[in-house]
Parts: sequence; C-alpha cells; structure tokens
Amino acid sequence: MRISMDWLGEYVAHEMTATDLAEKLTRSGIAVENVICRDRGLDHVVVGLVQRIEKHPAADKLWVCQIETGNGETTIVTGAQNVRQGHKVPVALPGACLPNGLTITPVDFRGIPSAGMLCSAQELGLDEKTIAPADRDGILILSDAAVIGKPVAAALGLDVPVLELELTPNRSDCLAVLNVAREVAAITEAPLQLPKQYAGADDQCCNGGDGCTGNKDDLCCTQDRVRITINDGDLCGRYAARLFTNLRLGPSPVWMQQRLQSAGMRPINNMVDITNYVMLELGHPLHAFDYHTIAQGEIIVRRAQDGEVLTTLDGQERTLNAGNLVIADPEKAIALAGVMGGLATEVTDNTKVVLLEAAHFNPASIRRTARQVGLRSEASQRFEKGVNVDTILFALDRTAQLVEELGVADVVPGYVDVYERPSKAASVAFSVERINGLLGTNVDGATMAHYWQRLGMTVTWSDPEGNAQGVVEVPTYRPDITGEHDLAEEVARLYGYDNIPTTLPQGATTVGQRTWPQLVQERLGEVMVASGLREVITFSFINPRHLDRLGLPENHRLRQVVAVTNPLSEEQGIMRSIILPNLLEVAARNSSRRTTDIGIFELGSVFAHPASPEPLKELPEERKKLAALLMGQPAAGWRQKPGPYDFYDLKAVIEKLLACLKINGVTWQATGALPYLHPGRAALLTVEQDGATMELGWIGEVHPDVTEAYDLPGRPVAMELDVQLLTMLARAFGEYKALPRFPSTDRDMAMLLPETVPASQVEAVIAATGGTLVDRWRLFDLYQGAQIPAGYRSLAYTLRYQASDRTLTDDEVNQAHEAIKAALTAQVGARFR
Amino acid sequence: MSTRMQDKSEGHRMREQLEAIRQQAAGELQGLDNLEQVQEWRVRYLGKKGELTAVLRGMGGLSAAERPIIGAIANEVRANLEELLEAKTQGIKQREKERRLQSESIDVTLPGAVTMLGSKHPLTQVIDEIKAIFLGMGYQIAEGPEIESDYYNFEALNLPKDHPARDMQDSFYITPEILLRTHTSPVQIRTMERLKPTLPVKIICPGRVFRRDDDATHSPMFHQVEGLVVDKGITFGDLRGTLLAFVQQMFGADREIRLRPSFFPFTEPSAEVDISCVICSGSGCRVCKGSGWLEILGSGMVHPRVLEYGGYDSRELTGFAFGMGVERIAMLKYGIDDMRLLYDNDMRFLAQF
Repeated sequence: MRISMDWLGEYVAHEMTATDLAEKLTRSGIAVENVICRDRGLDHVVVGLVQRIEKHPAADKLWVCQIETGNGETTIVTGAQNVRQGHKVPVALPGACLPNGLTITPVDFRGIPSAGMLCSAQELGLDEKTIAPADRDGILILSDAAVIGKPVAAALGLDVPVLELELTPNRSDCLAVLNVAREVAAITEAPLQLPKQYAGADDQCCNGGDGCTGNKDDLCCTQDRVRITINDGDLCGRYAARLFTNLRLGPSPVWMQQRLQSAGMRPINNMVDITNYVMLELGHPLHAFDYHTIAQGEIIVRRAQDGEVLTTLDGQERTLNAGNLVIADPEKAIALAGVMGGLATEVTDNTKVVLLEAAHFNPASIRRTARQVGLRSEASQRFEKGVNVDTILFALDRTAQLVEELGVADVVPGYVDVYERPSKAASVAFSVERINGLLGTNVDGATMAHYWQRLGMTVTWSDPEGNAQGVVEVPTYRPDITGEHDLAEEVARLYGYDNIPTTLPQGATTVGQRTWPQLVQERLGEVMVASGLREVITFSFINPRHLDRLGLPENHRLRQVVAVTNPLSEEQGIMRSIILPNLLEVAARNSSRRTTDIGIFELGSVFAHPASPEPLKELPEERKKLAALLMGQPAAGWRQKPGPYDFYDLKAVIEKLLACLKINGVTWQATGALPYLHPGRAALLTVEQDGATMELGWIGEVHPDVTEAYDLPGRPVAMELDVQLLTMLARAFGEYKALPRFPSTDRDMAMLLPETVPASQVEAVIAATGGTLVDRWRLFDLYQGAQIPAGYRSLAYTLRYQASDRTLTDDEVNQAHEAIKAALTAQVGARFR
Repeated sequence: MSTRMQDKSEGHRMREQLEAIRQQAAGELQGLDNLEQVQEWRVRYLGKKGELTAVLRGMGGLSAAERPIIGAIANEVRANLEELLEAKTQGIKQREKERRLQSESIDVTLPGAVTMLGSKHPLTQVIDEIKAIFLGMGYQIAEGPEIESDYYNFEALNLPKDHPARDMQDSFYITPEILLRTHTSPVQIRTMERLKPTLPVKIICPGRVFRRDDDATHSPMFHQVEGLVVDKGITFGDLRGTLLAFVQQMFGADREIRLRPSFFPFTEPSAEVDISCVICSGSGCRVCKGSGWLEILGSGMVHPRVLEYGGYDSRELTGFAFGMGVERIAMLKYGIDDMRLLYDNDMRFLAQF
C-alpha cells in the first residue's frame, strides 16, 4: 500500500515529516517499508511552453523548439515526434541529473546548440503502469494548468513523499488511507477528520409516491429501479447499490489523478477514478455497471452454473463453475463477483446511467476464483483479505459525494441495501492485571483505556472505582481484535515495545542438556571432521531422475519415494530416499571447478513411502543417515605422495567412527547387490543383536555406470550409515579392564594364501585357535606380485601373546604360534615359508 | 748425613719430577681437541704404565718419613690431572654435541606433514553455537519431522484453512493434508503435547524448512531455530530479556535489540526483532540499508489458542516463542554476501569455516 503524505494529511493534521512519521508508524506496528521521494533527480526540470517548433535544417528526425521556461526563451532540439506548438512540456535544463542518471549539458545538434532536453515520462522516473498508454511514448505533455517555469515535480505532484507500507495480514484494514489516518491519529493524538459523505436533501425513496412517475426511464429513486436478490448468502453477506444518471464521462481532476498515481494506479476516466479513489480511501472496492445493460434492473448474486460462460472486461471468455460467485441479471452472468466485471455491462462513452455496487463477498471464495482466473487486482486483494461489511454505505455515499462534487453525474436519490444478518461489534473483556502480567508492565487501567479510546474503541469498566476490569467494544474496521491478548498488543504498541522492561524468566532452574541421540549425532560430525571430511548441506528433495542415474531397477526399495505435488521444478520433485545422489552432484560440481581432493559428508534425513497405496494417510518414515564420499586424492606434499582415495580410506573413517562410539561386532560382508556400487568393491555393514541381523549401512566404490552418469572423473567411494542404529549401539564409554601385570610377547607370521580367502577368515582362525592367549593381532603387510604364485597373496601378521596370571614361557608361545599356523594351513590353505 | 742428604735429594728430586709431569701433562692437555688424543694422554700420564705411575714406582727408595709426603703430592697431582681430564673431556663432548646439533638443523619453514582436517558446514556451526547458548540457559533441544501434517504446520498454530496468513508461506505439498514443514513452529505443538502437563517448557528446535521461493535471497529449503517457553508468569519482558541475552552472546556484548510490533498467527502480541547492525553498529551502512538495524527474528507471546492446542491451560499459563533464520544469521556473522553459496557446497567455500 502506497500513501502520499498530502492525502494522509487530509484526514489527520499530524505535523510530522514523512521520515519521522514512517519511523513512528513502524515502531507501533504499521511497517513503513520505504519513504519514496519521487522528485529525486528532478531538480532543474521545469515546465516549459513550446512557443515555436520547426524541423531541423540538417536532420530529418529532429525538431528545433523555442521553449519559454519562465526565464526567457531557450532553444532545445528534440527527436520526439509528438511535440506541438502550445504544448507544455517538462524541460531538463543544464545542471539537471535525471533519475536515470543522465546529466544535462548544452549539446550541439548538427550546428544547432540545444540548451536542455525535453523529457518523457520514463525519463522523469514515472511508474509506467500509472501512465496512460498513449503518454508512455514521446515527450510527456503536461496539463494546460501547469505553471511555466515552475518545477515539473510540483506540476506532476511528485514533490510529495509517499509512504510505502508493508502490511501484515491482520492489518488489512490499513489498505485504506482513512484507516492509516486513524492509526496516525492514535499514535500522535492529532484529531481525525472524516471525509465528506453525500447527504442530498432528498436522498430517500419516493416509494412510488409524489415524485414517482412510474415511467421506467424516469429515475426517481434507486429503490424503485433496482432489485437485488442474494441467492447464496454464504458467499455474499451484503449487497448495496446506488444509481447515478446523466453520466458525463471525461478525465478526472488533476489532483485526483495524481493521488491515484501516487498509489500506483492509472487514471482512466472520472467515473472509474472515483470508484478507485474511494477504494483507496476507505478500503472498500466498488464496481460500476452500465445500468441499461442489466436486464430489468435486477441484480442476482448467485453461484455460477458449471460451464456458464462470461466474457470479462479484459475481453477473455471464461468458463465458470459452481465454485465461482457471479453477479447476474435474470438472463445472464454480468460480473465475476469481486474479481472482474463483465465486458457487456462495462461503463462506456454511451453509458447514461451507472449502477454502483458495494458488496461483501466471502474472502475464501474470492481467493479461489481470483487464483482460478489468474487475476489479483487491487479489488480482489482487498476482498480476499476481508473488507469491512459496515463500510458499504459509507463507500456508496462517499462516491455519491465525489460524483456530485466533481459534476460527473447526477445522484439518483436513495439506495438499495440487502443485508440480512448485520454484523455486531465485538466486545472483549479484559483485566488490567492480566494484561500487565502478560506484558511484564505496570500500566494503570486509565492509561490502557486511553490507548484503546485513541484507537476508536469504547471502554466500559465493570468496576468504576478500581479500574481493574471491563469490556472493550471494538470498531468493525478492526476485526483482528478478538481477545484480551489482542488488547494487550494494542497497549504494548502504544506504550512502546521499547519501554517494556527487560527481564529473564523467573521460576524453577532447568537443566539444559542434549539427549543421547543428539550427543551421538554431534560426535558423528566431530569424527567426520577429524577424519578430514567437510560437511555439506544439500536439499532434502531431489530430481526423480537421480534414481535412474543410480541404476535402480524398477520396484527397487529406494524407488518407494514420497513425491512433492507442486515442486518449483523437477529438481525438487521427490523427497530423497538416499543421500548419495546429492553427494555425487556436489562432487561433480567441485570437480568441474578443478577441486581434486573431495572428501564430504552429510547428516540428513531420507524418506520412504510406505508400501500402502496412495494417497498417504500418515506421515512417511524419515530416517537420519550419515553419508560420506571420497573422490580424487589428497594433493601430494614434499613428504607424502598419497595415491587416489579408495575403499580402505573410507573404511578407515568408519572404523574410526565405530571405535569412537565404542561399537563392536560389526560384520563387513562383501555384496554385489547394491546397483549403485561396484559389485566387487562393496560391503554391507551388519550387526547381530538379539538374534536378529540389522543393517547398519553400506560402503563401496561407486559403480562405473553411475560415475559416468554423473560425469565424474575419478572413482568415488561412498557410504551411508543409519544414525538411529548407530545411536542404539553406541556407548558413552568403554569397559575398564585392569592393565596386564605380566609382560607380553610379540610373534610375527607370514603366509601365502589363495587370494579368494578373505582376511576375516584368517582372523577368525587366529581368534578361535589362539583363544585367550592371543591378546590382539595386526596385519602389517600384504604382498602380491613377484615371487608370489599367481592367485595367491602373502599376508603378514603380528600376534601379541599375553596371559593375565603369569609370564608366558617361550615354549608356551611357540606352541600356541605353531598351533595357529597349523590351523591356518588346515582350514584356509595357508602356506608358511 | 750423606744418606739424609741423599734421602733429602731423592725426595726433592721426586717432588720436582712430579711437578714437572703435572706441568707438562697440563700443558699438553690444553692443546688437545679430540677424545682419542685425550685418551692417549690419559694412558700416557695416568695409565698403569703412565709416567705418574712410573714415578710412584720409585717411591720404594724414599724414607718412611718422606713416603707419605710424596705419596700425598703424587695423589694431589693425579687428582689434579684427572680433574683437568674430566673438564677437558666434558668440554670436547659439549663442543662435539654442539657441532652435531648444528649440522642437524632443518628448514623449519617447510610445511608440516599433511594430515587432513575437515570442517562442519557454516550453518551447522551457527546452529551449534545457538544450541550452546540456549543449553546454557537451561533449554532442551527438540526435533520434529521435515514432512509434516497440515494440522501441526498450520491448524494447531492458529492458521485455519483459507486464512490469508497462509499466503505468507507458500508450501510444498505431498497430499492436501501432508506437506513439507514451512517453519519449525510445528515442533512447538509436538513438544507441548509430549511434555504436558510438565512445566516449564523450555526448548529450542533447529531444523530444515521449505517454502516455494527460489531467488537470490530465498532458497526453497532453509534452516530455522524455533524457541518456546511456557510457564506460569512468563512475560513479554522475559521474551525481550531472553532475546537480548541471546543476541549479545551471538553477536557481541555491545549489540542492542529493538522490537517492532508485527503479526504471526501463533503469537499475540508479536514482534519482529532487530539487532543493531553488526557492520556499522548502528550508524548506517549498505548491509542495514542505512537504518542501523538488521531484522533477525520473529517472536511473540504464545497465542492462547496455540497453548490450548498444545494441551496447556491458557488461563493459567503464558509463554513466549521465537523463530530465526539460520542462513541470515550465518551470513551476518560470517559476512557472506550470497545465500546460494551455502547450498553450493564448494570445497573452497567450506574450507573457510
């Protein structure tokens, strides 16, 4: 909402500058987004009169004008083709710096010096949508009333600052200049001056009496000529109309045009301008029909029939349905209620009699219809937000006042008003103590009452002496006030939010602590960071095509996705069922920017659609996952020449993670079953608990097809672990065991093994055979190549022997060591040298 | 007499001899500069076949009276030479150590061996900091689902269907009744339902939220942190004080806050909260558009209807709630000028935090 300071000043004499008022309004709840100074850049731009104009002797398209600028005549060359002798035009004199940044200096046009420039609307910085299409091109021709030599800003009314309000949904009452004036009056305590309403001496119905001729063409009074029926009272609570006759269509006065422009609207003609003016002034949209196009002068407010057709003002033929409310006559729909008028009943040059509509429509219905037809006008926006049903007659009478005052038409006496269930002003009970208790203030009852009265409310005390409690009657233009807490806000904002004491909550001390899952999650992040990975945050929704790029077959579990019905683009089409595609995208993006060392992780949710059919009844399952990806290789240093990241780099991260969370007993099971992973370089992590096998997650090299689909240059390795399971398995601290009191002995063994035997089998044999004597083991070498037969590899382990009750003898250790070797030979085909 | 003369002269001679050895040995030792030479010197003078021993071997010819005297002198000479030897040895060792250390010096300006250090995302860092501040004030951390029901996201927050305020948040829908949460406020209701009738309720809730907006200043997914306190006697002043304490910890002790009346369907009275500009401290700059203030969060007293939806008696209890955009705070705190960087996940960007 834009309001010019002079318009506002008409109703309230506040005597503040625009900037001060803006600050004050903002601090009391009506946010002023901007104070617009429309005359910025219009210094040295004055009104000039074109005395003479002739073609440039040396250029076809240029004109040489002699312009009177109040300071004598000056010669200006222009390329515009719409300037004529006698026109008043905006003249930018040397020294001017126009809103578009253009600085004016004398210029020579093919031998003729030009001491300035004639300006177009656009060059003056005018908002194009407030300008008649005919005035958008060429030099802006000013009205004859403009005073030669005076600043053009004054001539165009641009010297008045405009407040741009950013209204919250509860204060749509301030889509009216008058209601903003009420706010200003309340916060400055300046008196409020209401605008004049029509009060013709004979503004009543003749009721077929003396004045009534009975002749249909004789407009003795509105009641006699207009019938209104509301069929669908749920969508239209009130409908009122007035007639104006002998319409004299023409332009509206300059002051009115300028006010409309200041509010961002385009002047059209005097009748339309008045209805728009009243809409901006009182907040109530009005619509003017050509009375003679309405069959039998009868207005019917009803739901549209399915398939009913109406050609609207913009010339479009629209097919309606029962969800749309229309204004109709007995024969046809004539307007889309509250949204747009019909073309057939439009006020035109031929219109003699105008029927002016003021009505109240159901906001939700208007909202739906406006969306359906894709049109949100100043009018429909007000209806959507809810207009004040009790302003309707005020709006009709105010329009009548302006119609008469400006001589636009003759006001036909009387009006018709169908209003079956009149609204009642809300009454809100309050207690001074409770309000102070809510605010933490100590404002006395009399002060509170004073604030409310300034806002137009009526206060009745139920205890006249104590000023402790009572009832406030709320004016109908403040439908947002329904309870005591709303009254409290009115007190708070007039008292001043900044004057409210600053305190901290009293009461019992509370413990601020993380839950176990929160602690585990935090630790997960820390381990990842300590492992050199960077956290990324990506969107929870993804493009469904990612599922194809991952190579997921139809019916794959991860294709049970939750879809977004109204995404902004396909990029946000489904909720992710796996984090990997996001990480692959991040890797691709970084790699395209020549980052070669990529180590990333994300802690986020994945979503699964339940097996039950659409549509979802319950919220779908969300599970938190820890996902990570390594690709490329660390930059070589002068000491280290690391190779590219592989499976074991990422496995080390998981091992570190498990160690940190004290999780034991995780099985690494080779798998070829995950379509997005290399079938020979992937593992499932499982844990046995209470006889059940639980899947903790997966790790593996990304499948070459997937790598190609994402256009990745390297061989990324990735993982995804279930955070909920990790949380369940994690322990805060390990179990204490006394340190060994006797020395331990280390023995190495190197063996040749068929390469099909996994290390886990070797270790299982060591553990089983070594029993309690083997305290721990470590693989310290793995070799394949020269001197090793094909299909074999060499593994070398260090075993630590330890007993808790004695020092082991060499014999004991040797015996145990040989037993393990024998078992390895027998069970996994190990050969020792 | 002659014997005595002879005796005397024998003793005298030995004494002179000893003194000569001492002087010669000491003089020689002075000129030595490595341990091998010192070892030779030791053998020569102090060894079993050394000069000193040779002199002492001749003590048999001395009178009983002279023997202890000469013996004492000899011991004194030995002790003296051993002392010199020790000092010499130490000196040489010290010099050798110094030489070795000097030869072992390295270029300390070469870079260290590479170990990788990762980093948390700047948004996570900000959320961690916010959590820490409120944990310190006795708050718990609550969480809720990203996919939410219309009931929790709107209805129970006093936003019935067709309420114009729903326009403030254009939503992504899964079904007409299920959507991506548009704010973290549904966690207010979920937490109250979970905790009722326990008092006080003191929680913050960080999380992802979603709105159908995508331009230079809006991301379709972003982060909020919600706060909720419900108890007997909670006031608007308490809200102010709590937010001031938060802001001063987050942005510095000299930050001020300013509350402006505003509107949220789930609070009344409601306030937008500005902080004095982190760049110019209030004098006006480009970041605060000259106003000296930056809007960072929305807040208010919990609407009685919301308390009722949560299962708490609005006649007995009051509460306050607030919500802040994490992206905005991160951008202000780190001076990031383009929000899209936060979701671009460029390693070069992430490495800066």
